[in-house]
Amino acid sequence: MKPRPAWAFAIAALAILPLLVSSNYLLHVMVLVFIWSFIYTAWSLMGRFGLVSFGHSAFMGIGAYVVTMLWNFHGLSPWLGIPIAVALACGLAVLIGYPCFRFRITGHYFALVTLALTEVVRSVIVALRDTTGGSLGVTPNSVLKDGTTWSLTALQFADKRVFFYLALGLWLFGLWVWQRIDRSMLRYAMEAVSQEEDAAASVGVNVTRAKLTVTVISAALTALGGALYGQYQQYINPETVASIGVSLQIVFAVIAGGMFVRLGPTTGALFTLLLTEALRVTIGNKINALDSTIYGLMLVLFIIYMPTGILGRLMRKKKPADGASGGPARPAPA
Amino acid sequence: MAQFFDIFLLEAVLNGLLFGGVLALLALGLNLVFGVIDVVWICYAELMMIGMYTVYYLHNIYGLPLFVAFGAAVVLVGALGMLLHVLVIRPVLNSEPINQLLVTGGVLTFLQAAATLAFGIEFKNLGVSMPSLLVGEISLPWSRIAAALTAVTAMGLLWLFLKKTYIGTAIRAISQDRAIMPLMGVDASRIYLTTSAIGGGLAGLGACLLVLQYDVHPAIGLSFGPLTFMVCVLGGLGNMLGGFIAAFIFAQLINVGGFVWSTEWGYVMAFGFFIVMMFVRPQGILGGKS
Repeated sequence: MKPRPAWAFAIAALAILPLLVSSNYLLHVMVLVFIWSFIYTAWSLMGRFGLVSFGHSAFMGIGAYVVTMLWNFHGLSPWLGIPIAVALACGLAVLIGYPCFRFRITGHYFALVTLALTEVVRSVIVALRDTTGGSLGVTPNSVLKDGTTWSLTALQFADKRVFFYLALGLWLFGLWVWQRIDRSMLRYAMEAVSQEEDAAASVGVNVTRAKLTVTVISAALTALGGALYGQYQQYINPETVASIGVSLQIVFAVIAGGMFVRLGPTTGALFTLLLTEALRVTIGNKINALDSTIYGLMLVLFIIYMPTGILGRLMRKKKPADGASGGPARPAPA
Repeated sequence: MAQFFDIFLLEAVLNGLLFGGVLALLALGLNLVFGVIDVVWICYAELMMIGMYTVYYLHNIYGLPLFVAFGAAVVLVGALGMLLHVLVIRPVLNSEPINQLLVTGGVLTFLQAAATLAFGIEFKNLGVSMPSLLVGEISLPWSRIAAALTAVTAMGLLWLFLKKTYIGTAIRAISQDRAIMPLMGVDASRIYLTTSAIGGGLAGLGACLLVLQYDVHPAIGLSFGPLTFMVCVLGGLGNMLGGFIAAFIFAQLINVGGFVWSTEWGYVMAFGFFIVMMFVRPQGILGGKS
């Protein structure tokens, strides 16, 4: 983050983008890129330290569903609903994380526990179909009628540009959190923990607390991303926000982009969404399956041949052996 | 309380028992692969899905007799298991366990999406209806009884194979000590390949049993996959007897929970139970301290 002017320039360029782009479609794609980049970044806060979670769609689902349910049934503004959803996600993260870390459940056992968590959340959403709409999904009660084009209390805007700036802000916030963690003692503690837990504990790292901290931060941000996703799409269903498919999508995109560098998850989001959209434009139809077919194939190839991801690989080529500046710390995700 | 012990509850318990048999069979293949190769095939249920499509297409579209279709499915999925091992598992055999998990996650996505492309998202029904066995007021579908019986038979045969044949002994030996066995003249890569074939074959057999009871669609793997590896982990990964017991516990939770509340709550109970058990006994119900 040394060349600050470059960052300021990039952000300014992004900020004036909606003024230049009039196509709603392009704006839509950009909003999605930012929201997903944010969620992927949130996942990587854990993933980069070897805490591979297959359960992040659970947090995303909580973010999206709690906000929508509170709004639909209690008329509670998303401005209050979002903190509640984030708090619930944090609570769930502690509930699942604390025993996991306390009892040293790591590696693929941790992945499987979080996978079960996804299934629990998804099944609960489906089981409460009288309120949540089950697998059919649910739409937040819209206030955008009779000429109303926006409502700040309902966090609903007809203009996609508003969501563009919200999503942009959220994404920058995600990168800021990444940087804060990257420059904190927590990062060194977690790096030690991810390589040798006992050794880290022996030099005074509180392993459980360090892991729990990143898990809670990651879960909170993911729930936040899920909430904005729900507000933006104005429609959520368990398959799009709380399924194993979403959990796998998160993991795939991050691996494709690279989870050890700050902009890696963003690269992953750009890469996957552009691939999807390019396929949609060129081939159309039957698209859902074709892009996933390619994703699946590439996930396999990436893990075998390029475990540090696209950006991770590029950056390593550019500046080799510069471990201190937040470059790829290790050759393979642990 | 009187109504709690009604005949329908008994039916739910018996159906759970039969469902447990099927789950146990599904877990068996995954457990075998894990025990020997030390890799979790997340895409195990997707292999099964391919098997179910094989049966459907051979029987319903090409008109082959059901048993020929079953045999073909077992052989084909067995071959797929070998292919999976050679193309995907072998290159990551020595990398981090989590990479092995993720790589099969990629295969899961790939197979599911490829099946959607190839076969469409429609639910396909084999159209073979089997009668139910009526015991008093309890009705038990023959398809489930046959499935449970096949599952138990297959488990018995696998046990005999592992205990009585040379290659079975080698498989058990290598699962006990990966490093030493090659020094004893056992070709590890051949054993891995054989194990993958058997694991795939068991998935194929599971497919034959499931296709009699459920419609085939590309996402069916997601209904059985998580359940299968949670059964394995609950039983202690690689521990076949543990997996067997865990399968019945899971099946009862789902069936009885589904009977008392609703199917989804049955699943919530089962997965919740899994999470709690991971904390209480992370090594599995029968697993030793590692």
